[in-house]
Amino acid sequence: MEYKVSLGPQHPALHEAVSLRMTLDGEVIRDADLKLGYSHRGIEKLAEERSYIQNIYLTERICGICSHSHTTCFTQGVEQLMELVPARRGLFIRTLIAELERVHSHLLWLGVAGQEAGFESFFMYTWRDREVVLDILEWISGNRVHYAMNIFGGVRRDIDELQRKKILDSLDLLKKRTDYYLNLAASEPTFVGRLAGVGKLSREDAIALCAVGPTLRASGIASDVRKDDPYAVYGEIPFEVATADSCDVLGRAVVRVKELISSYAMIEFLLKNLPEGPFKVKAPRKVKPNEVYSRYEAPRGENVHYIKSNGSDKPERLKVRAPTLANYPATIAMLKKGFIADIPLIFAAIDPCICCAERLVQLDDARRGDSRVLSFSQLRSMANERAKKIDFKKRKIAWPF
Amino acid sequence: MIERLVHWSRVKSPWVLHLNAGGGCNGCDIEILAALMPRFDLERFGVQLKGTPRHADVMICTGAITLQNRDRVLRIYEQVPDPKFVVAAGACAMAGCVYRGSYHTLVGIDQLLPVNAYVPGCPFRPAALIDAVVKLLNSVK
Ligand code: SF4
Repeated sequence: MEYKVSLGPQHPALHEAVSLRMTLDGEVIRDADLKLGYSHRGIEKLAEERSYIQNIYLTERICGICSHSHTTCFTQGVEQLMELVPARRGLFIRTLIAELERVHSHLLWLGVAGQEAGFESFFMYTWRDREVVLDILEWISGNRVHYAMNIFGGVRRDIDELQRKKILDSLDLLKKRTDYYLNLAASEPTFVGRLAGVGKLSREDAIALCAVGPTLRASGIASDVRKDDPYAVYGEIPFEVATADSCDVLGRAVVRVKELISSYAMIEFLLKNLPEGPFKVKAPRKVKPNEVYSRYEAPRGENVHYIKSNGSDKPERLKVRAPTLANYPATIAMLKKGFIADIPLIFAAIDPCICCAERLVQLDDARRGDSRVLSFSQLRSMANERAKKIDFKKRKIAWPF
Repeated sequence: MIERLVHWSRVKSPWVLHLNAGGGCNGCDIEILAALMPRFDLERFGVQLKGTPRHADVMICTGAITLQNRDRVLRIYEQVPDPKFVVAAGACAMAGCVYRGSYHTLVGIDQLLPVNAYVPGCPFRPAALIDAVVKLLNSVK
């Protein structure tokens, strides 16, 4: 007997307000369907009415977590249209901010994954350390969330010697804490056991459904725009693309932890090799008619902007494809054959943006014709109940660090 | 007597509902969470985040209201028991921020709901939210 469940539109583990309809057979999800459009703001239309410079600030506000990703993607594209070569020091600072953003986004994600797996103190810990990264970003840019660092031809602000030292100091602290969490997670078999085997996405499916970012890399495919199509100064930085083969939520956690560690190394490299010289160059106001396709590896995956110019100071068309959108089909595939209790975890694994506020899930039981309303905490406690039943000793899953 | 007790507990321990009205960038939502985390720790004022509107006294709204979400926001507002307070947090909730002029968002929450406190900033700092909550509680006293 099948029945339907609707989730959202105000759902905490989803990046945007999204409504999800699922067909269930007992506790197993048979089919899922997404309804979008609740947080549609008409950004692409607004972009056509604003000048390129205003659009930097508009694209920044597409997302509050990967704000730098969108502006960098946009700025890069427009710089290509302008045939402008940005200042080298500016590119270094831009990359630095990008990596800092990745660190804060992944720390945020780790905490959320911990919470969904029933490991609340982990959540508090990582969010405490996220504040360290936010402090660094605030020293550099003056804001905690929207850094507004990019301008055409470079960045808005320089980094001085004192800031450089301070960042390196804070980085040591972060590294120490990250090591501590790795050990913590490793010595906590329930945590690892809860994540393993949930939300399977096979290698073939990941390719067929065009998954991006850590979701793709956790299925064993080493695809990273920073490596495949280097932008800014990524061509010069030594780093490895992090992958995992387990194709599940644990794999996604592993990929993100590996990326955290490689991001620390990259930040250090960038700060140590920061070139002298100007950090911005002057940019023209008007852009010749042309079109460009700009790629960027955001913390959640490949971010794409398509920009078409028409010779004026406003773009004729801006098309944004954020990584989460690319991951939706894969999410549906992951949900199928999964359990209701795993929904929060699977969602959290692709993209956890707004996470703590609880919202409602309504269960309609077709057999009895009644409906039940579950709060998110009930859902979570169901998830924890299920986790308790797993015999962790039998499964022998080890934290791979 | 009971009334005084209720009033006292309302001021000492307001339960908040965090509502994302849709048309924001969720920078503000993350800052609300950051305000509840160990560093800023809004909970020391007795504030507790609640999942359902029926348990909440204060509704913290972020983001501009999108047309598709409009009826839902109204419904959630109606579910909050009286007396209820609305905090419009962030530039989006106050006046639409960069989305002003869009065909799919309202210019500010106060177009739809009565608002008791505004928190400016895009996004506001967690400290500003704490200030707003404390001021709101003082005005209720
Ligand atoms: S006020 Fe700014 S940070 Fe807050 S939701 Fe709106 S755009 Fe995002």
